[in-house]
Amino acid sequence: MSAHSHDIKTWVGRSIRRVEDPALVAGLGRFTGDLPAKRWVRFVRSPVASGRIKSIKAPPGAMVIAMPELAGVKRLRPMLHKFNYVPIEQPILADGVVRFVGEPVAAVVASSEEEAEDIVDLVEVEIEEIAPVVDAKAAIAQGAQAVHGMAPTNVIVEGKVKTGGFDATWAAAAHIVGVEVRSRRQNALPLEPRGGHASYDLATGRVTLTCSTQMPHLMRTVIADLANMPEADLRVIAPDVGGGFGQKMSLPTEYVTLVWLARKLRTSVAWTEDRRENLIACFHSRDQYVTLQGAFDRDGKLLALSADVLANIGAYSCFPTTCAVEPLMAMAEMPGPYTVREYSCHARGVVTNTCPMAPYRGVSRPVITLALERLMDRSAATMGIDPVDLRRRNLVTNFPYTSAMGLVFDDASYLETMELAVEALDIPAFRKRQGEARAQGRYLGLGISTFSERTGYGTPAFAARGMEITPGWEIVELGMDPSGRVEARIGASPHGQGLRTSLAQIIADELGIEPGKVSIIHGDTDRTPYGFGTFASRSAVISGGASLLAARKVRSKLVSIAAHLLEASADDVELVEGVARVKGTDRAIPIEQVARAAYHRAHLFPDLGPGLSESASYDPSGTFSNACHAVILEVDIGTGGVKIERYIVAEDAGRLINPIIAEGQIHGGVAQGIANALYEEIIYDETGNILTTTLADYLPPTSHEIPRIEIFHLKTLTGDTITQAKGLGEGGAIGAPAAIVNAINDALSPFGVSLDEIPVTPQRIHAALETAKETTKRQS
Amino acid sequence: MTKKANITLVINGEKHSLEVEPRRTLADAIREDCGQTGTHIGCEHGVCGACTVLVDDVPARSCLMFAIQANGKRIRTVEGLAENGQMHPLQEAFMEHHGLQCGFCTPGFLMLATGVLEREPDISDEDLVDVLSSNLCRCTGYQNIIKAVRAAAQEMRTGMRSVTRTR
Repeated sequence: MSAHSHDIKTWVGRSIRRVEDPALVAGLGRFTGDLPAKRWVRFVRSPVASGRIKSIKAPPGAMVIAMPELAGVKRLRPMLHKFNYVPIEQPILADGVVRFVGEPVAAVVASSEEEAEDIVDLVEVEIEEIAPVVDAKAAIAQGAQAVHGMAPTNVIVEGKVKTGGFDATWAAAAHIVGVEVRSRRQNALPLEPRGGHASYDLATGRVTLTCSTQMPHLMRTVIADLANMPEADLRVIAPDVGGGFGQKMSLPTEYVTLVWLARKLRTSVAWTEDRRENLIACFHSRDQYVTLQGAFDRDGKLLALSADVLANIGAYSCFPTTCAVEPLMAMAEMPGPYTVREYSCHARGVVTNTCPMAPYRGVSRPVITLALERLMDRSAATMGIDPVDLRRRNLVTNFPYTSAMGLVFDDASYLETMELAVEALDIPAFRKRQGEARAQGRYLGLGISTFSERTGYGTPAFAARGMEITPGWEIVELGMDPSGRVEARIGASPHGQGLRTSLAQIIADELGIEPGKVSIIHGDTDRTPYGFGTFASRSAVISGGASLLAARKVRSKLVSIAAHLLEASADDVELVEGVARVKGTDRAIPIEQVARAAYHRAHLFPDLGPGLSESASYDPSGTFSNACHAVILEVDIGTGGVKIERYIVAEDAGRLINPIIAEGQIHGGVAQGIANALYEEIIYDETGNILTTTLADYLPPTSHEIPRIEIFHLKTLTGDTITQAKGLGEGGAIGAPAAIVNAINDALSPFGVSLDEIPVTPQRIHAALETAKETTKRQS
Repeated sequence: MTKKANITLVINGEKHSLEVEPRRTLADAIREDCGQTGTHIGCEHGVCGACTVLVDDVPARSCLMFAIQANGKRIRTVEGLAENGQMHPLQEAFMEHHGLQCGFCTPGFLMLATGVLEREPDISDEDLVDVLSSNLCRCTGYQNIIKAVRAAAQEMRTGMRSVTRTR
């Protein structure tokens, strides 16, 4: 290519192959469970939901650790400073009381996993049972058993908000329409369950904990705190992590036990969670009731929203976000993409004798979007307005927009993505087909959902919730070595998102080199700057922004050095295609040569200082990506089965750094949202025992159930992030349940049913149709 | 403790002589006794398929098979897919079409697809989706796995590489 060429392609925006892949497809990935250990740990878990431990009897000669042995280990006490939060505590192993089926009661240590499993079967735990509280509504009923002594009402977090003009607006409204939705309990279900490997180094006394986590640095801090050890004596490594989706961002108390054991035994100890443990005792999600009412004027303009959010948070509060994240995010973001000025909300988090909850892809927004979009469809029907048109009248179109809760929405395309999806659906053609099908006894339905997805937010958003630990920023340390290779060390901790590839693209553009010359180092507290890890659709935006800022600093230095070497003004030097070049000339030197000079000939430019290492941090205000999901499906009224015929996503996440990776995120999110809408449900019986303990009972969808997903992109280049990218990791899961449930209700509209509880299983459809039949009979 | 048995596993052409308890699963033997950790364990119930390997060229859940049942049989795992440093068309296609994200289920899908495409190179798109529904993936929504396997099937049919591998 000519040195004068100005036809420079950027790496950002291209679907290049991922650097992560060659090892993973060759079976050379390194996952936690691949490490050998001297000792293996299995946990004895509570078989009952609630009770007092009378005795724990270990078989002779076995090493069985229970809470009394863990002297000096503190209890986990996640903290929030607002919203009447009750700081309930969780012991690392059950301390006299058990509060959910699966709670770790004791740790068995043996020389092999099999031996540890055998011993677990021989440990006798005697528990005096107490009637459990399982459902959130039962937990707040008068006289309900308190799960924790310090929270007598079982409500451990409560938010209330009401805007000034709410009551007057409500009283004057032309129409008030309501809906109650319920999302049953889901498991995020990464294919790799949790696991930890703690290894004691005799030479230094340090422990290396390799574990399947999304947050290595916070794991180091909290485990060192709880185990009463210097933080510097703990190194946490997140190697290849087989999916997380939020389930691996919270602290598993099991990891504290492993570190404590490694120090006590001065050896390596490991635990690999099995699928049963994962299903009963790893963090659950959803399990919320949302009651929502909307007040409209005569023209269908939404004037006010009134919401009640009841979130079952399980038996303990998760670290670091606390269990408040679900109800409080629901309260803050409920008005969604609609221009409603008056708002009232009561949001509660309630403890029960069930597995603790933690954030999962979407966090409360799949449920609030379901509520809001069901409300839109029902209101449209009530007022006799076309549901798409009702949304047109209410979507936010002027930016920046400040919501009733004070959130500032940056430029987005709520209306445009909906129009795009609606056009792709061809609604008139569908309605014709729907009518013809009904005449033949077949029930087709169409549903849409529009939503905003708040992503990439920094410390102010987390501080507003009053979180003791306030995440937000990320640091990137970026250096170019004398050979011209770049290493960027990040505090984010990707686990499938392809972030190493995307960040390399951003950095490569800034430094005029190929992404192949950029290595991204993550997931090792000894090698990377402190950071909050990967969650909340934050890493591309925040780590990407910090990468860009760090790369700009290195670029500036490279340009200055090159200007010296080329005897040109720095303003005239550009970095392109691996060379530093005087613009508009063929005077150029390879960037490797500039890099070498930075280290070996630093005396020539004393003002610049030696080397090419820079660090930058980024703490953005946050940005909203948006999408409209549209579905056509068929409901078999005989079996209650649902078959998705067409699935459309029209989305806008600003600048796409690597489009194929972005689409992969949408695909995966939609599949999990379809699972939430139709299939997956953790079922407890009334005694608090879990009935869904294998993947044959809990029904994750296969390639059979997930249809082809058609994606349309709009790109609103936001000014609120320096890369102009918005996060999009969760949108797929947020939009799918609402679109699908709306489509099911559209299909079944001749029967006068309203299905508002997910998953909409064949049983629930069948039951709703039977109830409708009975009602019709009684009326006739 | 049950009496151990002496068995031989032939993994990717290499013989491994082992002494195993009869209850030891093939998955554990491959991973722990033979050090081939590319085969992953996702559920131990035979549902997710992450542990899929080829036993005498037939896809099998290695978590549902005892090592002793595989005594003397030819086992192929993900580590044996590439030949002479050259990736298998399926591996290439998974990389090209973004058929993996976290990569945990990938070895199982690769072995499942290898077994199927060797047996039935002209498999229809519909049947392929049917076969791929044997395994679970949590990241990709299956979109690009299906795309990748179809592309690899095409590639293998057009003879870039012999479909029937040396036995």
